[in-house]
Amino acid sequence: MPETVRHTGMRRSAALIWPALALLLLLTLNLLKLDHGRVALSLDFFRFTIVDGHLYGSLIDVLNRAAPALLTALGMTLVIATGGVDLSVGAVLAIAGALAAVLLTHTSAGVGAIVAVALGASLLAGLWNGVLVAALGVQPIVATLILMVAGRGVAQLLTDGQIITFERPAFGFIGGGYLLGLPFTVTIAAAMFLLTAVLTRLTALGLFIEAAGSNETASRYAGVQVGLVKLLAYGGCGLCAGVAGLIIASDIQAADANNAGLYFELDAILAVVIGGTALTGGRFSLVGTILGALLIQTLTTTILTRGVPVEYTLVVKALVVLVVCLLQSAALREMLLRGRRRA
Amino acid sequence: MVEPAAPTAGTDHRPLLALRGITKVFPGVRALDAVDFTLRAGEIHALLGQNGAGKSTLIKVLTGVYRRDAGDILLDGRPIHLRSPAHAQTLGISTVYQEVNLIPHVSVAENIFLGRQPTRYGRIAWGDIHRRATASLRRLELAIDVTQPLSSYPIATQQMVAIARALDVQAKLLILDEPTSSLDAAEVEQLFAVMRRLKADGLGVLFITHFLEQVYAISDRLTVLRNGRLVGEYETASLPRLELVAKMLGTDACSGRPPCRPAGGPSPPTADPEVGRYVAPRGGAPLLRATHLGRRGALNPLDLHIARGEIVGLAGLLGSGRTEAARLLFGVDRPSTGRIEIDGRLVALHSPRQAIARGLGFCPEDRQREGLIPRLSVRENIILALQARKGWIRLTPRAQQQLADHYIRSLNIATPGAEKPVEELSGGNQQKVILARWLASQPRLLILDEPTRGIDVGAKAEIETLVRELCQAGLAVLFISSELEEVTRNCDRALVLRDRTLIGELGGAQLDVPTIMRLIAARQEHA
Repeated sequence: MPETVRHTGMRRSAALIWPALALLLLLTLNLLKLDHGRVALSLDFFRFTIVDGHLYGSLIDVLNRAAPALLTALGMTLVIATGGVDLSVGAVLAIAGALAAVLLTHTSAGVGAIVAVALGASLLAGLWNGVLVAALGVQPIVATLILMVAGRGVAQLLTDGQIITFERPAFGFIGGGYLLGLPFTVTIAAAMFLLTAVLTRLTALGLFIEAAGSNETASRYAGVQVGLVKLLAYGGCGLCAGVAGLIIASDIQAADANNAGLYFELDAILAVVIGGTALTGGRFSLVGTILGALLIQTLTTTILTRGVPVEYTLVVKALVVLVVCLLQSAALREMLLRGRRRA
Repeated sequence: MVEPAAPTAGTDHRPLLALRGITKVFPGVRALDAVDFTLRAGEIHALLGQNGAGKSTLIKVLTGVYRRDAGDILLDGRPIHLRSPAHAQTLGISTVYQEVNLIPHVSVAENIFLGRQPTRYGRIAWGDIHRRATASLRRLELAIDVTQPLSSYPIATQQMVAIARALDVQAKLLILDEPTSSLDAAEVEQLFAVMRRLKADGLGVLFITHFLEQVYAISDRLTVLRNGRLVGEYETASLPRLELVAKMLGTDACSGRPPCRPAGGPSPPTADPEVGRYVAPRGGAPLLRATHLGRRGALNPLDLHIARGEIVGLAGLLGSGRTEAARLLFGVDRPSTGRIEIDGRLVALHSPRQAIARGLGFCPEDRQREGLIPRLSVRENIILALQARKGWIRLTPRAQQQLADHYIRSLNIATPGAEKPVEELSGGNQQKVILARWLASQPRLLILDEPTRGIDVGAKAEIETLVRELCQAGLAVLFISSELEEVTRNCDRALVLRDRTLIGELGGAQLDVPTIMRLIAARQEHA
């Protein structure tokens, strides 16, 4: 590999240090345990058990539960890299779940067809956002806010405002099945990550996204089809949200149009930001987003397993996010260093 | 080469504002270098200079947007230290910017008093506002309904409202930053009438424009800046326009060919009928031919053709329509008249992408906004146009690397490596990266809009040499520059533009700096 290419690799991985460090720190914290007022070492969090050939344990749990957020964050990464944002992922996720539930309970269609229809619908929802932003020039926040509100309404219309429950083992496999000892959700997330990585890094799509997000006018002057690139990013984001919606519906064997994916857009944006992709667009890091999503889920799981009252979860989460974001700020690090030098 | 200011006429011309040795430095640029400037009460003073001369920096220092790095500002003889635009306003320095920056959907009266509404018992006194707004507009001889939203009036009226707003705060000095750029001739007259009235009231008016006709029509004195330095301060009436053009462009009006009036000569030269009628020797069909190409409000229709291996210059002052012509050819703006043929076939260029597909490339004047992709690496910036042309199949890392290395070496781009973010390079090297981007896409016609602006002398020479070499290999180049020497040195022919109109074509022996300047400076026949 030529030296210069390695140089970029180093630049990119250098940005990943902070979320990776935070994740590591959090995991280390789980080695300690309060035992009758004394701090003791404990490997509970890192213990795996095998039951019926399936792996169980807190870490597996983290991976399994992180999958939906991780998927939405993957799509969100592309949208944010173009300089936009997609607030509608939670609603799109709810539509996908509701549509699947309605088809499962009201038709005799096969699971494969149902999955295809639900994903097709979420892709269309994403493309709708893309058309508003790219072709009509609507501000991304406003454009996707429309679907954020309307989409949840559509999901509620699909389910008549009820929670639709269903029982279909083949569909239940998506969110509850195991493949090669690991939850199937992990396989899905890994596959989607690889697909996104291949599509963005082995084609010119990634370059076009980063160019459009970094300087839209100059990109257009260089012949980049900025509109098409944005359309693809929003479409992909919708599709990712759809996959997450199917996982959630399958996991709870029900579609809850009111609560499925509520505030998911915020976790997804957080994961992207923690992962080092700037909200102003330009460079993006898919690995960073994965680290960000895992960090958020590890934090939630840690708080729960520690027996901290649930009410504290959101506050603690906010604090950790704040610290990670501050650590990433080169300006702040420089300020602290200067302060220390002066002291 | 700072020339002494013209002797002041009388003692009644007390200086209202005096700037002494104003210096402003930005990273890598001395935007203003020890500039002196004097403005008297009751005069209209024009500030002139090409892009990058330091006009807008001077205005921003004067209005408190920027802090000066050195020098003194004296208002009515007392030194002042401007902290903010609001502070400048309270001291009596008011500004009307080029783009009317008022609030379109709010009433005229509210726009005039926004942020300083008169109140009575803590409530806004609407009656007062409407009465005072009407009065202040009447001072400008404008009788309109001040309760109507601003957007319901034409731009010229909005401009007047902006002036009324600026004047309402007891202004001593009014700065008009290119107020006429979006006005038609009648509206300009209306504005001038207001300016004369303000002058009679004893206000100092600083007028920034790039229309020479207007400078001579309205201003008493003028100051020319170039490259952040003061060129000189002159009485408008005693400065021939040929000399003014020379001072703005930094060329010697009397260099080159002999027929040139001595400095201080009384009348501006008129265009010689024989000048500007050059017809290029025809060698086969042109690569590109534009017929009657124009865009309403931007460029009056013109004809233009370029052959393979030819460098055609577009010369003219800022705002003369050079960039507008380039944008029409490259599909950035849609023409409202005319047609473009490439290889004799009619083509539709509705987007840069279509223009690129036809073999065009465009290095824009505004490098930062329209050229660079700041966060991407040198390599990515270089391959971008080629990649966009090829589509979604990614160029192999090896091919990308080779292209980047090739152009870094052949254009002598100073960078520690191809992976350096382009935003961290110097201006000249950034320009070379954009040039490399287009060369890598192998265009047949390259449009260079001010390719050497803001870059050092060495890089300038390198770029010029490169362009000439490329033309020998068959590339056609449309070369836009406000440095006339550059045009005459590099171009086979040059089209001269003034006030958005093509006024002549020069080639062969006629293509020299004094001739171009005489064309630009010649009084318009219809004016």
